[in-house]
Amino acid sequence: MTLAAPTSLTVRRRAALAFLLVPPMAWLVVAYLGSLAVLLVSAFWTRNSFTGAVVRTFTGDNIARVVTDEVFRAVTLRTVGVALVVTVCCIVLAVPLGLYMAKVASPRMRLVLVVAVTTPLWASYLVKAYAWRMLLSPEGPLAWGTGYTPGYGLTATVITLTYLWLPYMIIPVFAAFERVPDSLIDASSDLGASDASTLRMVMAPLVFPGIVAGSIFTFSLSLGDYIAVQIVGGTTQLLGNVIYGQLVTANNQPLAAALSLIPLTAIVLYLLAMRRTGALENV
Amino acid sequence: MLSAGARRTVKAWTVMVLVFLYAPLLLVVINAFNTSRTFAFPPSGFTLHWWSDAWNSTGMWTSLGNSVVVGLGATALALVLGTMAAFAVQRYEFFGRNTVSFLVVLPITLPGIVTGIALNATFTSALGITLGLATVIVGHATFCIVIVFNNTQARLRRLGTNLEDASADLGATSWQTFRYVTFPMMRGALVAGAILAFALSFDEIVVTTFTAGPAVQTLPIWIFGNLFRPNQAPVINVVAAALTVVAIIPVWLAQRFGGDPATTRI
Repeated sequence: MTLAAPTSLTVRRRAALAFLLVPPMAWLVVAYLGSLAVLLVSAFWTRNSFTGAVVRTFTGDNIARVVTDEVFRAVTLRTVGVALVVTVCCIVLAVPLGLYMAKVASPRMRLVLVVAVTTPLWASYLVKAYAWRMLLSPEGPLAWGTGYTPGYGLTATVITLTYLWLPYMIIPVFAAFERVPDSLIDASSDLGASDASTLRMVMAPLVFPGIVAGSIFTFSLSLGDYIAVQIVGGTTQLLGNVIYGQLVTANNQPLAAALSLIPLTAIVLYLLAMRRTGALENV
Repeated sequence: MLSAGARRTVKAWTVMVLVFLYAPLLLVVINAFNTSRTFAFPPSGFTLHWWSDAWNSTGMWTSLGNSVVVGLGATALALVLGTMAAFAVQRYEFFGRNTVSFLVVLPITLPGIVTGIALNATFTSALGITLGLATVIVGHATFCIVIVFNNTQARLRRLGTNLEDASADLGATSWQTFRYVTFPMMRGALVAGAILAFALSFDEIVVTTFTAGPAVQTLPIWIFGNLFRPNQAPVINVVAAALTVVAIIPVWLAQRFGGDPATTRI
């Protein structure tokens, strides 16, 4: 009895773990990873050019077209460029804000600010993009107030995407600033460092992981977006629009699958690059 | 201690970013009452007329109904699966624990279009299923799991295992411990997770576009379809304003139930 008890306990614990783990993992592996696998495989399928039906014969044509086509390359470069600019804009806006929230504001004010930057995150995506369409319109408030509006195009797309993803940057940056011990900042200034030196040599290394965490979201979400650009981008085409066009308008599912491997690859490369900086280990 | 000048600078910056965050939302609410059909600024007058137009829009109500059905279905699935995963990760030591966390977070880390196309390829090309509400629910549940997972996991970590251990020492079975000790303490986190998962599903458009097919419209799909129709603009403005005001509710409710709307999506 005393000998059997620990074993039966372990067995029961293992059974309980299996009971808890199997359903969610089955769902994510079958429905999600399975779908990603189908995506990968279907990029190598082709379609009947007459009926548009997908034909499951292996071909590298789609991949070859994605890699060599001039239009696709231009769109890819534009999309990655937009994603990087949006990420930089979000960092520039978020870092002083995170510093204020974590190190200057009173605890009460801090709580108010956390709610204030979180609430827009849960406001409707479409409404937010639409708001910028109204703001930037030739008859809109910006043109009325300042006499200038960038109009609909690439600039408007960058502004709108920055607006949409900013909370994703603010929250991890704020959390990173909050983890910087006050004593380090005090010690730095007591030892005669200027604000700039304290920021650069004490805070920056500690806040960097937070910036990286936020940038994964701003970069990834920008790469896949095709709705905001339709609302404020005028005729601008990003990768998402091209993928959508191939799937829905051209009814070429295998080519759409091959094209969607571009943002997937870009994200994986970005994650690997960020991992090399060592920032991801502390998040 | 930062110098007074630096403090003033970051404070001014904070005010500026807050204006940047809220001015567009304010404009949406103002324009819902603007008498001008083209929504020229400044507003030409105040009217409630568009609100009655929106109230009588059948397309809006049908799509709203679909969104609620999808939201409830996806939330129910995510609640069960997310809670199970959170328990496994927080209460057991096992090989591959980090992989489980990674897999749960992956659907909201990858761009929505990748998830959308992948599910679309699976449903249509591989399985031959007709797209409809059910396929949308499957898609939404996949990325809502992480919301429940994050809320539940945070709560379980904070609770610790002392009370559960005490319950077991006093002779309770695992089920009794869960039913009478753990569950009552984590109910709030479950409610918060469910509210936020519903909010995320309610607003989602990209995965929805690729999993709904042409016959089914959720509210975001309906809004997007009518966004560029000038004669529908007043109705869209009203729905947009209503959604903006309603967006406060999940954040407020989730916070009341001890959830964390700030970090569950990040």
